[in-house]
Amino acid sequence: MSARFKIGDRVRIDDRDPPVHHRVPRYARGHVGVVERLCGAFGQPELLAYGGDGDPAQMLYRVHLKQTELWADYAENPDDTLEIEIFEHWLSPA
Amino acid sequence: MTHDHSHPPPQPDHPEPSSDYHFLGMALRELLIEKGVFTADEERRVIEVSESWSPARGARIVARAWSDPDFKARLLTDGRATAETMGVEITAPELVVVENTEQVHNVVVCTLCSCYPRSLLGLPPKWYKSTDYRKRVVYEPRSVLAEFDTHLADHVEVRVHDSTADMRYLVLPRRPHGSDGLDQKALAALVTRDSMIGVTEALSPQP
Repeated sequence: MSARFKIGDRVRIDDRDPPVHHRVPRYARGHVGVVERLCGAFGQPELLAYGGDGDPAQMLYRVHLKQTELWADYAENPDDTLEIEIFEHWLSPA
Repeated sequence: MTHDHSHPPPQPDHPEPSSDYHFLGMALRELLIEKGVFTADEERRVIEVSESWSPARGARIVARAWSDPDFKARLLTDGRATAETMGVEITAPELVVVENTEQVHNVVVCTLCSCYPRSLLGLPPKWYKSTDYRKRVVYEPRSVLAEFDTHLADHVEVRVHDSTADMRYLVLPRRPHGSDGLDQKALAALVTRDSMIGVTEALSPQP
C-alpha cells in the first residue's frame, strides 16, 4: 500500500480521544516528531478491538520525538528522545 | 438472575477469583471453550509453551551479534527474519532491535499494557507491567534507570521506545569491556534479561 509519509518527514500526532480502543497514549497526542521508519501496514486497533478484521489496514510508523517536545517540564538531558508507533490515520504533516 | 448451571473449576494454579474482572475473564474463557474457539487443552498448551521461553533465547542472539558483524547488521535492519535464522520464532509481526552505543542508551516500555518480546525474553517481570514503571520511564527515564543502579553519562542520549502497536523490541546492549577472548556461549552468560529491556548494562566478565 502507498504511504503518505516517508522517513524524515515531520508529523504531528492527532490530539483526539475517540471513545473506542486505540493505541495512542495521551502524553503523545498533539506532539510533533519525525518519521524514523515505516513498519508496514497493520489492521486498525479501533476496528480489531470489536471483532472486525481491522480493514482497511493502515501504514504504521515509528515517530521520533524530543523529550523536551513531549514534556514542557522535562528535567533530564535535553538531548533525550522517545520513539513510538503511530498509525497513519493519526498523523498529519507538520 | 437465575444461576442454575455449573461451572468448571478455575485452573489449579490460578487464585480463587475475587474481583469483577476475574469473574469476567473466567466467563469469557468458558464461553470461548463452549463455542469451540479453542479447547482447554489448546489453551493449556499455549501457556505451557510461553512459560518455557527464557531470556537465554535473546542472550544467544545478542552474543552472536557481538561476535559476528554481518549478523549484527542484518539483525538491526531485519530483526525478525534474522532472529529466526537462529531457530527462534518471533511471535510478533516484526522485531525491532535497537543498539546501545557510546552515544545512545535504549530502554523499552509499553505504556499502554505490557507488550514484550516474550519468545526472546520469556514472560515480562512484574515491574515491567507496573503502572509506576510505565508512566515514569517515558517522563524521567534517567531517574528510573538510576533505581536499577544504571547511571549514564550526561553526553549519552536516552532513547525510550514505547511499544504501542505491532512491533516488539530487543535492546542490543554494549559488549562489556574485557570480553574480547570469550566465545559466544561465555558471552551469552553476560547478557541478562534486564540488559535486553535496557534498564541495565550487560554484566562484566569475572576476571
